[in-house]
Order: sequence, then structure tokens, then C-alpha cells
Amino acid sequence: MALKGNLRDFSVTQLLNLINLARKTGTLTLEGPNEAAWVSFREGKLIFAQLGNEDGTLTGILLKSGKITAKQAQLIKSHAGEKSDQELGLMLINAGYLNQHDILANIRQYILDIVYRLFTWIEGYFRFDADVLPPDDRITIRLDLENVIMEGSRRIREWEQLQEEIPNLDMALNFVDRPGANIRDVNLNVQEWKVVSYINPKNTIRQIAKTNRMNDLEIRRIVYGLLQAGLVEVVRPVGMPLPPQARQLPPVNKEQQASLVNRLINRIRSL
Amino acid sequence: MQTVKMVVTGPFNAGKTAFIQAISEIDVVSTERKISSEAERVKETTTVAMDFGRITVDDDLVLYLFGTPGQKRFDFMWEILSEGMLGFVVIVDSARPETFREAKGILQTFRAYAPTPYVVAANKQDRDDAWTVEDLRIALKLDRKIKMLPCVASDRESVKKVLLELLYSILEEMKEK
Ligand SMILES: Nc1nc2c(ncn2[C@@H]2O[C@H](COP(=O)(O)OP(=O)(O)OP(=O)(O)O)[C@@H](O)[C@H]2O)c(=O)[nH]1
Ligand SMILES: [Mg+2]
Repeated sequence: MALKGNLRDFSVTQLLNLINLARKTGTLTLEGPNEAAWVSFREGKLIFAQLGNEDGTLTGILLKSGKITAKQAQLIKSHAGEKSDQELGLMLINAGYLNQHDILANIRQYILDIVYRLFTWIEGYFRFDADVLPPDDRITIRLDLENVIMEGSRRIREWEQLQEEIPNLDMALNFVDRPGANIRDVNLNVQEWKVVSYINPKNTIRQIAKTNRMNDLEIRRIVYGLLQAGLVEVVRPVGMPLPPQARQLPPVNKEQQASLVNRLINRIRSL
Repeated sequence: MQTVKMVVTGPFNAGKTAFIQAISEIDVVSTERKISSEAERVKETTTVAMDFGRITVDDDLVLYLFGTPGQKRFDFMWEILSEGMLGFVVIVDSARPETFREAKGILQTFRAYAPTPYVVAANKQDRDDAWTVEDLRIALKLDRKIKMLPCVASDRESVKKVLLELLYSILEEMKEK
């Protein structure tokens, strides 16, 4: 019987639990609002994942993790385009570029990143096709789902919390103008620097994320840290129109305005 | 006849409707609805569109109080509500720390959309497990400059105090300009 339905009724966490407990073999297809993903399992273990049309080949994975440069990736593609990932992996090991452990660790990280992201998909459809497995030319791994589910649940909580604290990515950021709050005195990592260099009331958080190729969770995490440290504040982006009559008190005259507020004050006092 | 508006906002179940109800001269034209989502069923009804209260000042001035709906999926209403307001009150349920984060997010959004004065009401101070105003200030990371007031929404005097403090801030801001 086909296992299919709506993620609203049966969440990713529940699906992985089911696959784990029933020790299923096959591929889970998820169709989210923006893209699709495929996750494969063998006897209840996670073995493979593919997100949208992302390049999930070994070359693509190594490029993404920074193990090889774009130029090297191109070179590999033109020279070894026909080779399977297994053959390519062996080639890289023999050439002394990487060892087996590196390769597997990178693939594992890549697959986990995809699966963790899927936990945040609350809208969409799923289908499980038993016995459908990834293409033969891909390297698969073998991971216990219990750990994945634990970590995924932890991350979805984090995701929800960040979502609450930074609800709107169409806002901009500005450095706080406060003595002692100097961004130059703070130790930032590479990712944080990338974000910081675009902070400016003209850029929305979403634009900064897009420029740095970060997903919503990644950008929120960094912005959250900067907010917590009191280094930046959320501001309305320059150019975003104010709601039509915002700030506009009916009487334009200053004395009239003050008198209006005083009338309100007196009235409320008298209640 | 002139009308002015103040907005009462805050997380789900913070006490926004109760706050407006305590001071409005008309019954809050509330748009309450039975709660459907299991997760949010800590109470029977929630405000689905907006609360609407009124205080007549004199023959030609009326103050309207608008309460934002509490559940997240209605956040599209906020922008509409913030148009042309004098200021806003952020109500926080002092006894439910799990809502502080959201309160902070709401505050941020509102402040960016509507750069008007605001105050924060630390509501439900009558409950044993309520956080003190000082602790709440730290939890919400609010600057000393921002007024935070203890509040019990069902008590009219306490609601009056919050609105008055907001009006004082509005007056001060006018003088600065
Ligand atoms: N003890 C105590 N209970 C309060 C206080 N203010 C509100 N409540 C109660 O808290 C619950 C929520 O109050 P509401 O006024 O409906 O809250 P709301 O913010 O309008 O809720 P939504 O519209 O659903 O977001 C109700 O049961 C109120 O009676 C208070 O100051 N003290
Ligand atoms: Mg309400």
C-alpha cells in the first residue's frame, strides 16, 4: 500500500519515526511549497538525500563544503564526467587529494543538512515508495535515524524560536549607535562577517541571505546572535513606504497636538 | 469630529481583550471565536480579527482602542492596524515566559512599522507566578528608556495608569521635536 499524505497531518518527524520502527527500505518524496526532496532508507537507516535540483554528486558536495574550488570542480566534470561517484572517489583518494574518511564525512554532512532542513517543512505532501533506491552511481551512507530525529527535533525548536524572535526577514538591520558597541571589537566567524559586511538600512535581511546563499535558518541564527549582543537593531528598510497616515496626528499644529493629547489625558484620569 | 487611535498588541492570551474591555465605554466589539487548534487551547475563545473599544473625550474627540488578534496566522492584520496611530501598548503575560520571545518579535515588528511611542504592560501581576517588571525587562532586553508598567488587565485603575503613561510619552516626544 502506498504511504502518502499531507505533512500537516503527518509530520516529517512522525514519518522518520515510522520508517525507523518499521525498518523500511525505499524513498520518501516530499513536496514542499518551493521545492521537492528525496530521502532514501535501507532497513530503516538513512542512506541518501537529494534536495530540489541541487548538485548532490560527489563533485557538487565537495564544492559546497569548500573541499575543492569551482575551478577544480569544473576540471573534474570535464575529465571525469562519465565516472560514477564511487570511481571518482577512488580517483581522488589515489591522487592523494582526500582520504576515504573525508569523503564519507562530507557526504554524511551534506545528507544530514538536507534532512534537518526538512524538519522545518510543515506544509506539503509526502509519498513513500518502497524499494525505490537512489541511482547506482551515488555513494550511500548508513545512519541511525534515532539520532537524526533527536537532532532534527532540537533544530525545529530552535527554528520556531528564531522565527518568533525575528518574524520578518523583509526588515533591514542597522548598527547600534552606542559607546562600547563596536563591531570591530567582536570576534566574528567567516559567516558572520559575510552578513555584517552587508548590514545597511538599504538591505533587507532576506537580501543579505540571498547574496550570501544562506537559508532562512542560517541567516536568522546569525542575526539573532548580533541582536543578542546588542550590536545591531531591526529597522524599517530605506525606501519601504510608511503606512499612509502613520505618524500623522490630525491637527498639524504643534500646540493643537499637545492640547489634543492633554484632553485625552484628562479624560482618562477622570474615568 | 476627530478620532485618534491607539493599538493594544501582544502574544496570544496575554490579556489584550481584557485590557480594552476594562476601559472601553462600549462592549468590546470583539471578534472572538472558539479555538480550533489543539496546541493553543489554553482557553475557550480567541480574538480572530480585532478588538475595538471606544472612549469619548468630548463632543469632538473620540479615542479608539484597537486590539490585535493574538494567533500568529493573523499577522497580516498588523500593518493595517498600525496605520495612523498615536502609540501602542505591548501586553505581555508575565506568568508565561514561553511567550516572551514572541512578545519581543511583535515589539520589533511594530516598532519598525510604526515609529510611534509605546509602553510595555507586564500583565497578570496578580498571579503568584508572575515575573517582576525588573526581571521581565531583562528577559525582553528592553532599554531603561522604555517604560514598563505592572498591570492587571481586569483592574481599570491599572489599565488607566498604562494608557496615561503612554500619553505622557507621546506628549514628551512632541516637545522634543
Ligand atoms: N489573573 C489574570 N488573568 C488575566 C489578566 N488579564 C487577562 N487575564 C485572563 O487571561 C486570559 C486571556 O485574556 P484575553 O483578554 O482573552 O487575552 P487576549 O490577549 O485578548 O487573547 P487573544 O485575543 O486570544 O490573543 C483570560 O482568561 C483572561 O481572563 C490579569 O491581569 N490577571
Ligand atoms: Mg483577544
